[in-house]
Amino acid sequence: MGSSNGKKAVMAVTGAVMVLFLILHMLGNLKIFFGRDSFNEYAHALRTLLEPIVPYRTVLTTLEILLVASVVLHMWAAISLARRAGKARPVKYVAKKSQAGGYTTHIMRFGGLTIALYVVWHLLDLTFGVVNPKGFNSAPADRMVAGFDPSRWWVTLIYVVAVVLVGLHLRHGVWSAFQTLGWANRARNKMLRLGAGLLAAGLVVGFLAPPLAITFGVVQ
Amino acid sequence: MNLTLRVWRQSGPTDAGRMVTYRVEDVSPDMSFLEMLDVLNERLILEGDDPIAFDHDCREGICGMCGMVINGVAHGEQRATTTCQLHMRHFEDGATITIEPWRAAPFPVVKDLVVDRSAFDRIIQAGGFVSVPAGSAPDAHSIPVRKEDADSAFDAATCIGCGACVAACPNGSASLFTAAKITHLSLLPQGQPERVSRAKAMVDQMDAEGFGGCTNTGECTAVCPKGIPLDTIAQMNSDYLKANTK
Repeated sequence: MGSSNGKKAVMAVTGAVMVLFLILHMLGNLKIFFGRDSFNEYAHALRTLLEPIVPYRTVLTTLEILLVASVVLHMWAAISLARRAGKARPVKYVAKKSQAGGYTTHIMRFGGLTIALYVVWHLLDLTFGVVNPKGFNSAPADRMVAGFDPSRWWVTLIYVVAVVLVGLHLRHGVWSAFQTLGWANRARNKMLRLGAGLLAAGLVVGFLAPPLAITFGVVQ
Repeated sequence: MNLTLRVWRQSGPTDAGRMVTYRVEDVSPDMSFLEMLDVLNERLILEGDDPIAFDHDCREGICGMCGMVINGVAHGEQRATTTCQLHMRHFEDGATITIEPWRAAPFPVVKDLVVDRSAFDRIIQAGGFVSVPAGSAPDAHSIPVRKEDADSAFDAATCIGCGACVAACPNGSASLFTAAKITHLSLLPQGQPERVSRAKAMVDQMDAEGFGGCTNTGECTAVCPKGIPLDTIAQMNSDYLKANTK
C-alpha cells in the first residue's frame, strides 16, 4: 500500500465507495419531489433500516464509518502522491504547454480540496443544522427547504459550484479508477470514458434539481 | 528564417543555470531542429563561446537519445516526432523558441540540455528482461503468439526510452516508460514466467528512483514520439496489483 501504485489503488477503491454513496444520496434527495413527508419517511427509514434485527441507526452508522474512512484514506493517498509529484519536479519549466485536452485532469487536486471544504459546510448546514435556520431539532425536509430558501440564494450558489466541481472530479476520477485497477483497455476505454461522463452528468443534474427547485419556488 | 532562441544554459550539475537568449539567422526550413542548433553551435565555437550541449545519436528518430522541451512541449508540438525529426518548417519566421531540458529529479541535468537518464536503465535492470536459456535461436514458429498480442506487444516495444513521458508528466512520473516495457514482455509467452515479479520489481524501482505517481492525465502519451498508448499503464497496474495480492 505504500508504493505509488498502491496509493493509487487506495484512491480508486475509496473513490468507488464514495461514488456509490453519492448515487444513493442523490436518489434519496429526489424524494423531496414527492413531498416533505416522503422525504422525512425516507430519512427515518435510513435510521431504522434492518430494525428490529439490529438496533436503531446500526446500518447508517456503519455506512458513515465506512465513508469517513474512505474520505480519510482518499485524502491521505492524494496528499502523499501530490507531495511525491512535487519532489519529482523540483525545478519548474519556464514554459509548459498541456498537450492532453482534458482540463478536468488538471483540476483534480484543486477540485478535491474545494469539495472537502464544501462537505464541511454541507454537514454543518443540513446534517447538524448549525448554520441552518431550522437548527438540528427539525424535520430533514424542513431543514432542506429552509436551507435553500430564495433569501439564502448564496447557499444555493455555493451548492451549485460544489456539485459542478464534483461532476468534473468524477468525469476524470471514475475512468481513472478503472485505469488504476487495471480494468481499462483499448477496447473498453471509449465506453468507460463515456460512462464516466454520463455518470458525472447524471449526478450533477440529480443533485442540482432539488435545491434549484426549492430556490425557484417549484418545491414549497 | 531568422529565429530568437531562449535556451537553458547550465555549465554543470552544481551550476544554478539560467535562460540565455540567442539570435540565429539564415535558418533553412529544411533543417532539423538539431541541425539548427548545430548552426548556432558552430557560430558559438567560432566566437570562442561554449557550445550548447544536447544529446543526440542516430538523428533518425529511432535511438531515443535526443529530446528537449521546445516551447513547453517535450519534443515540440509536432505529434509523434522526436526532436531530431522535427523540422524548422513547422516554425514561423521571426519566432521566439524556448528550449529547456527534461525536468525531473531522477533526471539530473549534466550540462545545458543534457540530462542523466540512468534511472531508466536501473528500471530495466530491475526486471525488463526474460530469463531464457542461451543457445541456438529457437524456430520462429515454435511458440504460437496471437496476432492481436503480437501487435500490442510490438506497439509497446517501440518505446525508445527517450524520457519525453517523464518530461511532460505534471507529476514527473515514469509510468508510461515502465508500462511500455512491462506490457511488451507480459503479452508474449516468453514473458509469462516472470510476469508478476517483473511488474513488482520494475514499479518498485521506479518509485525508488523518485519518479512521481500516475494521475492518468494522458500528457505522456500525447508527447510520446512512438505514440505508446495509455492502456499499457492499465496493463502495468493490473500486473502490479496481482503481484501484491498473491
